[in-house]
Amino acid sequence: MLRKVLYVDLSKQESYVQDSHDLFEEWMGGTGVGIRLLSEESSAGMEPLSPEAPIIFSIGPLNALFPVATKTVATFKSPLTGELGESYAGGRLHLAMRFAGHEAILIRGRAERPCYISINDGDVRIKDATSIWGIDAQTTGMILREHEPGVGRRSIIRIGPGGERMVRYAGVVVDTYRHFGRLGLGAVFGSKNLKALVISGTEHVEVPDIKKYREVYNRLYDTTVKTDVMAKYHDLGTSVNINVLNWLKGLPTKNFQLSSFPEAEKISGEMFADQYLIRRMSCAGCPIGCVHIASLKTAFSPHHEFEVRKVSYDFEPIYSLGSNLGITSAEGVLQLIDSCERLGLDVMSSGVVLSWATEALEKKLITPEETLGLDLKWDDVASYAAALENIVRAPNEFYSVLARGADYASHRYGGRDFAMALAKNEVSGYHTGPSSIIGQLVGVRHSHLDNAGYSIDQKAAKKPMDPETMVEAIIKEDDSRGVFNCLVGCLFARGVYTEENIIDALDAVGISRSHEDLEALGRKIFDEKYRYKAREGFDLTKFKIPERFYQTESTLGMISPETVQEMLRLYRKKRGWS
Amino acid sequence: MPETAILDQPVSGAKPKETDPHGPKKRRRLKVAHPERCIGCLGCMFACSRIRRGTVSLQDSAIKVQTRGGIEGDFVVVVCRGCEDAPCARACPTGALEIKPNGRVVFHEDLCTSCGKCEEACLIGAVTLGKEKKPIKCIHCGACAAFCPHGVLELEEVES
Repeated sequence: MLRKVLYVDLSKQESYVQDSHDLFEEWMGGTGVGIRLLSEESSAGMEPLSPEAPIIFSIGPLNALFPVATKTVATFKSPLTGELGESYAGGRLHLAMRFAGHEAILIRGRAERPCYISINDGDVRIKDATSIWGIDAQTTGMILREHEPGVGRRSIIRIGPGGERMVRYAGVVVDTYRHFGRLGLGAVFGSKNLKALVISGTEHVEVPDIKKYREVYNRLYDTTVKTDVMAKYHDLGTSVNINVLNWLKGLPTKNFQLSSFPEAEKISGEMFADQYLIRRMSCAGCPIGCVHIASLKTAFSPHHEFEVRKVSYDFEPIYSLGSNLGITSAEGVLQLIDSCERLGLDVMSSGVVLSWATEALEKKLITPEETLGLDLKWDDVASYAAALENIVRAPNEFYSVLARGADYASHRYGGRDFAMALAKNEVSGYHTGPSSIIGQLVGVRHSHLDNAGYSIDQKAAKKPMDPETMVEAIIKEDDSRGVFNCLVGCLFARGVYTEENIIDALDAVGISRSHEDLEALGRKIFDEKYRYKAREGFDLTKFKIPERFYQTESTLGMISPETVQEMLRLYRKKRGWS
Repeated sequence: MPETAILDQPVSGAKPKETDPHGPKKRRRLKVAHPERCIGCLGCMFACSRIRRGTVSLQDSAIKVQTRGGIEGDFVVVVCRGCEDAPCARACPTGALEIKPNGRVVFHEDLCTSCGKCEEACLIGAVTLGKEKKPIKCIHCGACAAFCPHGVLELEEVES
């Protein structure tokens, strides 16, 4: 197995490869290697958008080798939260990195003018991107396809105008329809004058024991496709949760003023699948095909002339740009997803920023003077689409404040009680109960996927759980997901990758680890991340939890601030923090 | 060198329909039955290199999945059609690719000079030189079909 880190310096216009066997041996790969490199390669208090700020992409030992080990992790300092930035994307990037022979890539510096990085096996070039600066993310991908080698095995990742203008929650589009969405990696690209990275390779991987490898591969493959472990993703996909959460009173609606949406049926997974779904696709190496693509057909004249766009959808964008904005049609949701896709903005943060602005306007904290006449109100798709453009163009102070996130905007204009962010990251689509709140607050990257608190709440809805049990479940997930994220598998396949299967898969590629080793690794990675977070000023006790969480009924009924504080106290105690 | 597991039997799970043993002589041929059902997982390519070549590689796969017009466009599955009068073998100057009486094309690695004439002869691009600069020739074993989760690929029997 190749254990190399590729370093690219955009200021010096140079690159070199370093053999980093010990780094991978100790930190496994993926998020372990990512956090270690970030800690080591940046100084405390470093400005996230400065040239010295590193971007690290890393994969793990199972990527490209086993089914559904299809992700790449990006590690950076987040310009949105000012601390740990960590984001995962599928597509083909993991595979292209594997076959180009780089398990990790570290990019730093700032190019003098717009550029993109082209990697073809060992050949690394920094090329001029002046002619494509300002072009939307989708078109950029199409243009680079014409210029770069590696058809069928390359990966093209790029930013849109949102990243170029350094919107703090701009993402990076990966191979069309996949993204490093969260925490502002796109802005970090923009700060470096980096428009894109194209990578392909022709390396092989020789496994130590081909028979054993085939046997473990077949077992994991069969579990993935022939059992019901991943049934949800075979069919409607994540959007099945719109109706489920709506029924459970856990679907954030109109900026969390409600937890169920009377119009949910119109934007449900069933509605999308029956009326708009035209195809399903997969990340390279995954037999499921959970990427759902809808056809959005809009008339642009009364003479049967149509624009047809292909838009991917999932649960989270339907929540953030749908129920959360009171959108009552699937077309409306698709239009807003498409806007974010072209501008290169994170869908979740974008939706939550817009829902905060809608309420702030309603409550007269801001006026049409700030919004430049846009009457932001629930279900107004055209105004929301125009506002997204404005967030990127920043024509006045208000929109440039919106470009810094909901928490920042509420500090400037008021409305902190309903600025739905935890630790400055806009929240995901679950008003399920206290575990969801605590999970996102304590999670290393403040994501619902750090520890799936929303899922713990839903279990508690079936069989009551005390706060201590919930906290223990969060901690267990925090740590075990740390290990899984070293392998950079898709979290949808958690059920396939039992600890036993992980040990066997690692063994099949020549890495011997015990249950105890993995448990220790999970804890160690968590600790390393929290060390980094503390170093950059993160303090769990500093954050205000928006009052709105306590004002709207959740899946587990009304949530009391006392329960949340008690769980936070328990969490700190169990982590051994005073 | 990786173990080269040339399979003489179709991979289990990809067997063609039972045919009359006393009927005319048949050979197995891979068929891209439903290309529009492809999700782009590349499972077939990995199955090919893993099962036939004993390695993990996209280069050393006899089947190729590509996108036409980017990922927003359609997937194209390129694989040997098992031509009756195989141009790849006719183009081979050394007899490394040999047409058997039943129409199958077999590859004799020791005779190959890596000239690449076979690659040029196949208009659909089904024969390409792999990492070792030798043609990666589909043997219609069905390994790819066994790992296609959406029924894109089928093994069929054709009269030879």
